[in-house]
Formats: sequence, structure tokens, C-alpha cells
Amino acid sequence: MGAPTDVPGPDPGAAPGEPASPAPRRRPPRPAGPGIKVVVAVLCALLGFALVLQVRRTASGDTLATARPDDLVQILDGLQRREDELNGEIGDLRDTLTRLRSSGASSAEALSEAQRQAAALGILTGTVPAAGPGVRIVIDDPNGTVPPEVLLDAIQELRNAGGEAFQVGSVRIGVNSAFTGGRGAITLDGIALQSPYTVLAIGDPPTLTAALSIAGGVLDTVRRAGGTMEVTQSDDVRIDAVRAVLTPQYAQPTTG
Amino acid sequence: MWFGRGVYAVLALIVGVVVGLVFRPTVPDWLSPYLPIAVVAALDAVFGGVRARFDHIFDPKVFTVSFIANVLVAAFIVFLGDQLGVGTQLSTAVVVVLGIRIFGNAAAIRRHIFKA
Repeated sequence: MGAPTDVPGPDPGAAPGEPASPAPRRRPPRPAGPGIKVVVAVLCALLGFALVLQVRRTASGDTLATARPDDLVQILDGLQRREDELNGEIGDLRDTLTRLRSSGASSAEALSEAQRQAAALGILTGTVPAAGPGVRIVIDDPNGTVPPEVLLDAIQELRNAGGEAFQVGSVRIGVNSAFTGGRGAITLDGIALQSPYTVLAIGDPPTLTAALSIAGGVLDTVRRAGGTMEVTQSDDVRIDAVRAVLTPQYAQPTTG
Repeated sequence: MWFGRGVYAVLALIVGVVVGLVFRPTVPDWLSPYLPIAVVAALDAVFGGVRARFDHIFDPKVFTVSFIANVLVAAFIVFLGDQLGVGTQLSTAVVVVLGIRIFGNAAAIRRHIFKA
């Protein structure tokens, strides 16, 4: 109910005969005795007292204990409706939370899987630096008699033994690396190598070492060609040389 | 002072408020539905009294009778409504009527004070 805030109400004073609250009888008031004044004062004090009492009760909110049953029923109805709404909201939010959690988890999984694959492919193609246990091989060719096939054999043997990343001199070995040239003037991917040739390989050091020194293996071949070979195992081989990312010109990925 | 000899009533009201604040009494349960209505009815009587004071027709006896009658009648109407099962609606009706009267008296008082 919108109560007007400052509308002159019905004016009983303007219409004599209208009963106003203390019915104003048009007669000079008799001089009041002290007794009636005391009564008036007591009534006013009672009003103030009751006002404070009621305000306190309303503020403390314990009016429910004494409210009427039908009021209580209405309040209860409202509260139950509100509870239903809130419960529905809770359900919706829980669903949303579950959905977001699962999608977040799956997208995080997909992301980490993609990162793992990118790292593996980067090491395989030589586009990212790599570090790990492995061997350091120095092939010395004082007379310039070691042919490029020997280095190629060395790389192949290391690959067979589970080597994962290789660097010869300052060149990272990739999927399309090629040794060319001739004895004493070996070229790797168009870059001329200088003796002594340093080969870094990451893999299981004992396995790689064993693979190089098997009978009729790389070590023998180097010796027959008039060179020497030293193999050093290391727990921390760092391969810093990287290759440019290879963009295939003709090959297109197909599904299936 | 507009109230002239009515100051004692204002002082008594203040005393009542202070007593209520200091003693913090509890309301008996049987009284609690009628207390708010009684307060509003008494407020109506007080506003009427103030207005009568301004009109120079204030009579303490009339005030006393109207005060007590107002409170009793308002409480009785609500009590009756409770017995009939329409207590909520009737107390609303009583509050509305008393509110309108308080407004009318307040407007008259305002005209006396502000001459507008």
C-alpha cells in the first residue's frame, strides 16, 4: 500500500462536526486538574514504553513464536518455495560444475598429450634442443682416409642401439640428413666437416658403446680406414644444434 | 514552545521510552498480537491530542478517554478477527484506518506549525 508522503489528508478541522480523534467539542477547555494531567502523563509514558517494546520485538525477529497460524503458514509456504528454487539452482550449478570440470580435465589432457607429442616429434626431427645420458664419440682421421660411409654407419649403428638424438660436428642429424663428399672431405647436409669428427648421441650409454664396438662394427671399420675412435659415456649429453622445421612440399597427411 | 503546558506529556513519553530501553522487559505471549495494534491506536490518540492542543481545544479528560478507548477497541477488533479467523486481514484494516487518521492529524499539525 503506497502511503502518500505529504498529501494533506482529510481535514477534520475544516469541517466542524466531523469527528476527529479526540472529538473536538467546541468549548473552552476547563482548567485541568493535576490528577488528570498525571493520567495523561502516565498514558504517554505507557505509549513510549510500548513503542520501545514493540520495536525491540520486531528488531529481534522473535515475532514468529507469537504469530498467527495462517501467517505462519504463509511464511512457511514462501520459505518452501524459496527453498525449492534454491535447490533447483544448486542442481543446475552442480551440473555446470561437473560439465566444466570434465571439459577442463579433457582439454587439459588433450593439451598435455599434444605437448608430449610435439616434444617427441621435435626431438625426432631435430627442431628442439635435447639433453640426456649418452655418448660422445671422437673419430680422428689424421690421413684423410675415412670415407663418409663410416660416419653413416656410426649413426645407423647408434640408431639401431636405441639412440634418440644425434649431432655430428655442429650439425643436428634429422630425418633427411645425408653424408656426402669423399675421403677426408666429408660433407653433412651441405656443411663441410673437419676431422676430428665429434658425434654426440643420446641414448643408453652402455648399449650405445657396445653397439659401436661389436666385431666388424664401426670401430673396426674406422681402424681399417686408418682412423681412430674414442667413445666417452656421459650422463649429461647436451645437443644444442637444431634443424629448421621441415615443411613438406608434396606430401599431405591423409586420414586412415 | 508550542506545547505550552503540554510539555509534561512529551517528557512522560521520553521517560517511557527510556524506561523501556533500560529495563528491556519481555512481552507476554497473549499480548503480542495486540501490542503493535495498541501502539498504533495510542499513536493516533496522541496525534489527535497534539492537534487539539494546537486548536486550543485540548481536554485531558477527552484525551484520556479517547486514548484508552482507541487502544481497547483496536485490540478488541483484532481479537475478534482472530476468533473469526480473519485476524490478519482485520489488523491490516485497523492499521490502515488508524494510519489514515494519523496522516490527517499530522497534516493539520503541519499546517499549524508551518502555516502551509
